[in-house]
Amino acid sequence: MIELTDVSVSYNDKVVLSEVSLRLTERRIGVIGSNGSGKSTFARLLNGLLLPDRGTVTVDGLDTKTKAKEVRQKVGFVFQNPDYQIVFPLVEEDIAFGMKNLGFDKATIAAKTEEALKRYDLWDHRTHAAQFLSGGQKQLLAISGVLVMEPSYIVFDEPTTLLDLRNKLTVTGAIRELEQTAIVVTHDLDLIADFDRVIVFADNRVMADDVPEVAIGKYRKAMGDV
Amino acid sequence: MFDLYRPGTSFLHRAPAGGKVLALFVLGTLAFIVDDIRLIFAGLALTLLLYPVCGLTLKNAWAQIRPTLWILIAIFIAQAIFNTWQLGVFVIARFGLLLLLAGLLTLTTRASDMIDGIERGLPFLRPLGVNPAKVSLALSLALRFIPVLAQITREVREAQRVRGLENSVIALAIPLFVRTLRMSDDIADAIEARGYRP
Ligand SMILES: Nc1ncnc2c1ncn2[C@@H]1O[C@H](COP(=O)(O)OP(=O)(O)OP(=O)(O)O)[C@@H](O)[C@H]1O
Ligand SMILES: [Mg+2]
Repeated sequence: MIELTDVSVSYNDKVVLSEVSLRLTERRIGVIGSNGSGKSTFARLLNGLLLPDRGTVTVDGLDTKTKAKEVRQKVGFVFQNPDYQIVFPLVEEDIAFGMKNLGFDKATIAAKTEEALKRYDLWDHRTHAAQFLSGGQKQLLAISGVLVMEPSYIVFDEPTTLLDLRNKLTVTGAIRELEQTAIVVTHDLDLIADFDRVIVFADNRVMADDVPEVAIGKYRKAMGDV
Repeated sequence: MFDLYRPGTSFLHRAPAGGKVLALFVLGTLAFIVDDIRLIFAGLALTLLLYPVCGLTLKNAWAQIRPTLWILIAIFIAQAIFNTWQLGVFVIARFGLLLLLAGLLTLTTRASDMIDGIERGLPFLRPLGVNPAKVSLALSLALRFIPVLAQITREVREAQRVRGLENSVIALAIPLFVRTLRMSDDIADAIEARGYRP
């Protein structure tokens, strides 16, 4: 379980999140809200990329402030732009990066690379340059690079925003099929329509937190879309 | 130089990356010490022969030379005017040999292996404050993001052309700089999120 207790974050003097408390226990959690409402800030808190100014964030009881290494392994993160999270030239080199950081041995790295790449039909591309993959394939590679680190939770920050419809459907399908807990920040309301829970951010706080139907309804209303 | 690895099973593919980097260093130095043009041509012929031997094509070899073709031609012309055309041939043969050797290295060696090789060779720089792991990550990032930067440059130029702005260096540099900064923030996040500890 990821738990936020009285979490506040401000940039310079601007408050972005104010006293947010949440317990994330469901397997599929959607996070929505208008531009600048603090969704990415919230997401970055969950794996310790960002530390709260006040309050605590814990992952399975581990404080993100003091247990950064363990938290990084438990909580994977997939970003909006796949191009910026692929850091090695070749597909198979990139996928190994996180595992090397965690100190996995060579045999394990090879086995897990094969498993992950086969899962997403990227196996034939393993020795290809990542730059020549399609947007959807790049995002699947980014997801693979996270999955091989064996996280319990995966946070997605707008994973489909830059993708065309076909690629978006592929990536959406991949997210649906994950065994891990997924926390998905998105502007795509279809993506989260069948999730277990949807959290809506507005005015530095949680404006709604409910099943998708109710939460999305409140969000639409607040946005003037009735 | 930034041409990418071509998978294969030749002896050069299987040779250790560190050894290949060292060999390139030694042969490259030799090419500049030797002043018998017949030896340089022999070296060129041998290097060219290695391309097909390693499962590569002459087109691959040509791709090593092509990006610097104009520079080579300029050097040749300068030498021909100010010295002799024979010296011009000699100088560009030397450069060509160097480019083809470097190409053999990059085409038969995965970036990660080459970088590991360099990383192993670097520890003697540690006392000077050089962290080999950081140097090697920086090298991989450079290899990975040069094409991305090229893509961004194209996008910015297209966006400017659409609005009637033709090639102006400053107009290109500013948005490019801003986008690169933003990109590097994102990349730093991604590296951190994947458990990299400097
Ligand atoms: N590094 C930063 N420095 C200063 N202000 C920031 C920083 N990051 C975010 N902000 C500000 O904090 C607020 C919340 O940003 P955040 O990125 O969390 O919003 P968001 O809900 O993800 O928006 P979007 O839907 O546009 O992605 C915004 O007003 C933003 O300008
Ligand atoms: Mg955001």
